[in-house]
Amino acid sequence: MSNDRKTSRRSDAKRSMAVALLREPWVGPLGAVLFVYALFALLSPETFLGWINFTTMVRQTVVVGIAALGMTLIMVQGGIDLSVGSVVALTTVVVARALQGGVSVTAACLFGVATAAAAGLVNGALVAGLRITPFIVTLGSMSILRGLAKGLAHEQKIDAPEAGLDELMAMPPVDRAWQLLPVGVWLTLLLAVVAAVVLAYTRFGRHLVATGSNESTARLCGVDVPSVTVLVYVVGGLLAGVAGVMEFSYLTVGDPTDSIGLELAVIAAVVIGGGSLSGGQGSIPGTLLGALLMTFIAAGCTHVGLPNWVQEILTGLIIIVAVALDGLRRRGG
Amino acid sequence: MSESVLVVRGLTKAFGGTCALDGVDLDVAAGEVHSVLGENGAGKSTLMKILSGSIQPDDGRVELVGQVHAPRSPDQARRAGVAIVPQEPELAPHLTVEENVVLGAEPTSWGFVRRAEMRERATRALAQVAHGGERIDPGRRASTLSPSERQRVVIARALAVAAPRVLILDEPTSSLTAADVEQLFAVIERLKGTGLSVLYVSHFLEEVMRIADRYTVLRDGRFAGTGAVAEATSDDLVRLMAGAVVERRQRRARAKAGDVVLSVRGLAGRPLPVEASFELRAGEVLGIAGLVGAGRTELLRAVFGLDAVTSGQVRVRAHAGPASPLRRLSQGVGLLSEDRKGEGLAGQLTIAENLTLSRRLGWGPFVSPARERRAAERFVEQLGIRCRDVGQRMTELSGGNQQKVALARLLHHDVDVLLLDEPTRGIDVRSRADVHASIDELVGRGKAVLVVSSYLPELFGVCDRIAVMCRGRLGEARPVGEMDEHSVLREAAGA
Repeated sequence: MSNDRKTSRRSDAKRSMAVALLREPWVGPLGAVLFVYALFALLSPETFLGWINFTTMVRQTVVVGIAALGMTLIMVQGGIDLSVGSVVALTTVVVARALQGGVSVTAACLFGVATAAAAGLVNGALVAGLRITPFIVTLGSMSILRGLAKGLAHEQKIDAPEAGLDELMAMPPVDRAWQLLPVGVWLTLLLAVVAAVVLAYTRFGRHLVATGSNESTARLCGVDVPSVTVLVYVVGGLLAGVAGVMEFSYLTVGDPTDSIGLELAVIAAVVIGGGSLSGGQGSIPGTLLGALLMTFIAAGCTHVGLPNWVQEILTGLIIIVAVALDGLRRRGG
Repeated sequence: MSESVLVVRGLTKAFGGTCALDGVDLDVAAGEVHSVLGENGAGKSTLMKILSGSIQPDDGRVELVGQVHAPRSPDQARRAGVAIVPQEPELAPHLTVEENVVLGAEPTSWGFVRRAEMRERATRALAQVAHGGERIDPGRRASTLSPSERQRVVIARALAVAAPRVLILDEPTSSLTAADVEQLFAVIERLKGTGLSVLYVSHFLEEVMRIADRYTVLRDGRFAGTGAVAEATSDDLVRLMAGAVVERRQRRARAKAGDVVLSVRGLAGRPLPVEASFELRAGEVLGIAGLVGAGRTELLRAVFGLDAVTSGQVRVRAHAGPASPLRRLSQGVGLLSEDRKGEGLAGQLTIAENLTLSRRLGWGPFVSPARERRAAERFVEQLGIRCRDVGQRMTELSGGNQQKVALARLLHHDVDVLLLDEPTRGIDVRSRADVHASIDELVGRGKAVLVVSSYLPELFGVCDRIAVMCRGRLGEARPVGEMDEHSVLREAAGA
């Protein structure tokens, strides 16, 4: 082969790498996050810009972010989980009750997460076993689990000894300044890496995408679709449980009326990040960026002094615009 | 012959590179039953879709009672006087019979449906399709209707919306029992008496010989002949449909068949197949011929464990027992789906992911994208799949290349028994030749291949033996040397 052709091949390869990068679903959300951050930094440089505000915003994204990791996997499989808000509230109540009962912090967290995983198991079993659409199943369990949480808490907030759990979400103390961000934030990033690896590099992840993309093909290729379905809801529940532990750490009480409507923010994060309600698509980095984008907008509006109703309108617009742009990108590509 | 109601001249329609209709002529007289015949893919459906307004022709002219007939939509065609009853009649299952009959043309005042008028119009239309004393209750839910009743309701709908001059029945008997067919014929005779022309599209020659007055045969998108049914024999029609000269590819030398690897005894499903038995040996290609709807796909799906079985036995080598795709794949049996888009491939996944979906490459619970890429690149080269990169999404490939990826999945899984359902449907000539070459090569290596195809030259070109399926029953498999296309076509049409 002549040198000429080699070089042209190499530049072709470079160009195709650039094209491939542009096609990554998280590139759009990343641009949006940077743009929104820069915009508010310009509008309100003295309060919005700076490390303190940044860490505050990141901290506020943890609960939605972790729950959205599970939702990404579920939506890639072609499902949806409307019960995450109720699961998070139930988890805070279970953790608080357990701490009240005097068990160790670790055991209390395990109880909480196990409860959430069990809720996921029931969701998954109903979707796979009874062949009811996930929207309906989780609409039902949203209400059932909320009721359980209220019953367990006797419809009151539960004050529990924090037992150090609050440190998960607290800013690192001065002697551990090297930690930079709260433990909960690092845990979110770690879980995100695991979820991304599962999605891209495991058989389970491949089966999720295949089932969500075309269930018939998956069945034809010997994928055990019911097992995959049950498992993804268990994983989703598990992550919602971890999000619940974080919420408890944030609130330092068990609150059965907490996180109402959280599922909508979680679904919005997935969708902004390139996920599709019809399955087969979704990106873990995209989802985290989507969650971050919504926090930035909310915080930025507060800093600039825009009222709450403007924030809500802006967030709604962002969701629609993000999905529309994503559709254009897909068709263009 | 009375005056022509429908005159078609030089009708032409191409899809992509393939010419589905090439200068077709057709004349239909008032009050006659005119049968349009042809093999699968001869262009009958395309012609009917043009007449009923679902697609528009590239060239040519249609006249309906002296007026130009160029409908842009099925609704326009219906209002102009051409109504179609499709092969799979569709009704809104949650609505009642009468609501379905007047659907899209409800009599209304200020947006409110005039129920009495709706009932009256529906009852009048239903009376025209009643059989003997038996009428369909207009208040029944459509979901409670039998296939035959559903079909009559669809015919009633065609009659109720506008007074049609031409009624198209597309394969009307494919899902009917023998008794239902008699009912339908009685209805057709009655409608014919009112001066309505019926275009009757069917594969079943004995039906055509009974009900039709005249016939027109299409072959490979061209006009092949027309005449009065009374002056033709079924052999004449078969000859017109199959053509005198059929291009035939060079057959490979027949390999020595080995042991029986797949044995099927008395297999029955719900509702198809009705009864199927065959044996497939290593190193042989068994073809299954038959008409669309004969139950060939259902047979393959039942064998592969995708559809439930009501009775019968499937053995893969020594193994019997319950079937599931996972179990079949582990036994070395693979299925190539006829429905590439809907089932065969996941469009949003890449070439490499689709190709390796059934057999995981990697370690423990992990998959290795690098190894997947390498495996995919090997098959891309081996099968001549044309793509930029194995990381491309499936939807970016042409049909022929998609089909090769689906076939490559079976090769990559290294199955010993390949169940190929319409392996070359809708793909270009070169890809078709590539697929045939792959089949030859596989059999040479001792694999067993089962091919379902509606394209007879293909079956005669690649198969060692052929069995014909008709209305859910599989006939005996015979060596291709003992068969010809006429005999297969006759058996498939149940003549």
